[in-house]
Amino acid sequence: MQKLTNRSVAVNRSPMTLAERAYLPALAKGLRITLGHIFKKKVTISYPEQKRPFSPVFRGLHILNRDEEGRENCTACGLCALACPAEAITMEAAERKPGEEHLYREEKYAAKYEINMLRCIFCGFCEEACPKDAIYLTETVMPSNYSRESFIYKKDDLLIPHPQKQEGK
Amino acid sequence: MLLLQVDMAFLIEKILLITVILFGSLGIAMYATWGERKVAAVMQDRLGPDRAGPFGLLQPLADGLKLFMKEEIIPDRSTKFLFILGPCLSMLTALMTSAIVPWGPDFVAASGHIFTLQVADINIGVLYVFGVVSLGVYGIMLGGWASNNKFSLLSSIRSASQAISYELPMGISLIALLMMTGTLSLREIVQQQHGFWADGYFSWNFFKQPLGFIIFLTCSFAELNRAPFDLPECESELNMGYHQEYSSMKLGFYLFAEYINLFVSSAILITLFFGGYNFPFMDQVATGLNSPILFTLICVLAFMTKVICMILFFMFVRWTLPRFRFDQLMKLGWKSLIPLALVNMLITAAVILLFFNKP
Repeated sequence: MQKLTNRSVAVNRSPMTLAERAYLPALAKGLRITLGHIFKKKVTISYPEQKRPFSPVFRGLHILNRDEEGRENCTACGLCALACPAEAITMEAAERKPGEEHLYREEKYAAKYEINMLRCIFCGFCEEACPKDAIYLTETVMPSNYSRESFIYKKDDLLIPHPQKQEGK
Repeated sequence: MLLLQVDMAFLIEKILLITVILFGSLGIAMYATWGERKVAAVMQDRLGPDRAGPFGLLQPLADGLKLFMKEEIIPDRSTKFLFILGPCLSMLTALMTSAIVPWGPDFVAASGHIFTLQVADINIGVLYVFGVVSLGVYGIMLGGWASNNKFSLLSSIRSASQAISYELPMGISLIALLMMTGTLSLREIVQQQHGFWADGYFSWNFFKQPLGFIIFLTCSFAELNRAPFDLPECESELNMGYHQEYSSMKLGFYLFAEYINLFVSSAILITLFFGGYNFPFMDQVATGLNSPILFTLICVLAFMTKVICMILFFMFVRWTLPRFRFDQLMKLGWKSLIPLALVNMLITAAVILLFFNKP
């Protein structure tokens, strides 16, 4: 029969030699291999202390961005919700009232903004769809929790801290 | 009155010794579980348990606590008395064997009282070991049978046939050793292996009976139900084996008894073949120290070091070799080890008759 590749090896079916049947040389060989592994570098990463570096394109938990004055970027245009293949994003828009200019960058803002993390597939389409640089996926892995409700992240959970208020603290 | 006083001293000494040995073997068994996991881990390029305490040293305590807190389930269809008796017997026989191991040489206290670091020096020591080890199978058999579970039953049948098959070569390999020593008392066997070098040859029995040692070692792997002969509890074929229906501390007893057995049989292996508490240059050390208590402590330390090395070897083999198939196990036992042991016995007898037959 013609060989398709040169990787195939014929099985050796010759009867075992005395050394092979005695089992002890093979045993010693096996013990030598495992002994060698004792001194090898351990591959374990002790997780909470050490962390495996993520790739630069890793997509983790979302954040809602603010501009440098601490105003929310999001204008509740709904493009992220539209782009979301898992339909995880819900929002309600509201109009900015006079006197709220320090809170919201433009005339319209998201009064309610929720991401259901159980639905989210972390594809990052919302990040790509956003015209206002408002939503980003970070390198944070989503923490586990006990109830379904706690996986619906509200606006307060998603917004990054106010840059100026944080400096003041 | 005098007689009573002597008896009291004897009684207190023995009770103290028994307590120390019991708790010692329990403690060593506890840390053997930790050691096993560590050995397995380092051989597989992992770290092993390292969360509970420094280097995971509190892990056995956590495991024990967990087992005690677990719900205790006795299956409805089980034979309840035997179901409870099984793990008790396992534990009992595991602990009983340690009674005759000589842990160290005698030492004479300043008051002239002789302390013996052996619970009972019975003149049929080796036979006692065999008897108790054979009884240990009953724990597994009763547990497996009383569970009323086909996997448990299969596993206990396996265990029984394995134990019976491997006791034969074990016994025959020991006969060769006993022909040399001429005694069944473990204490005398150890005393004959004094030091390391005597009369122009190594005094340890391992150098006089290498084949006997290999046979005995292989058989003790089988008797201990440890890999590569851990057929009674092979997870992949019998779910868990004879302790499948057990939960809580009854399961803990079975697992624990296994490690106590490991410790005690390592101790017996060391006693029989590696000179027990003897170590090279012990006479020079004894005269140099000039303190019997300190010397005895060093001897005990030497013994424990050897035992721990032996335990590590047992673990080392477990995490290296794959499990035997049952027919391979039987074939090895009946067709290789028994003939080998017989040949070894004949050669030893011939050598003793021809060269050492001094009237």
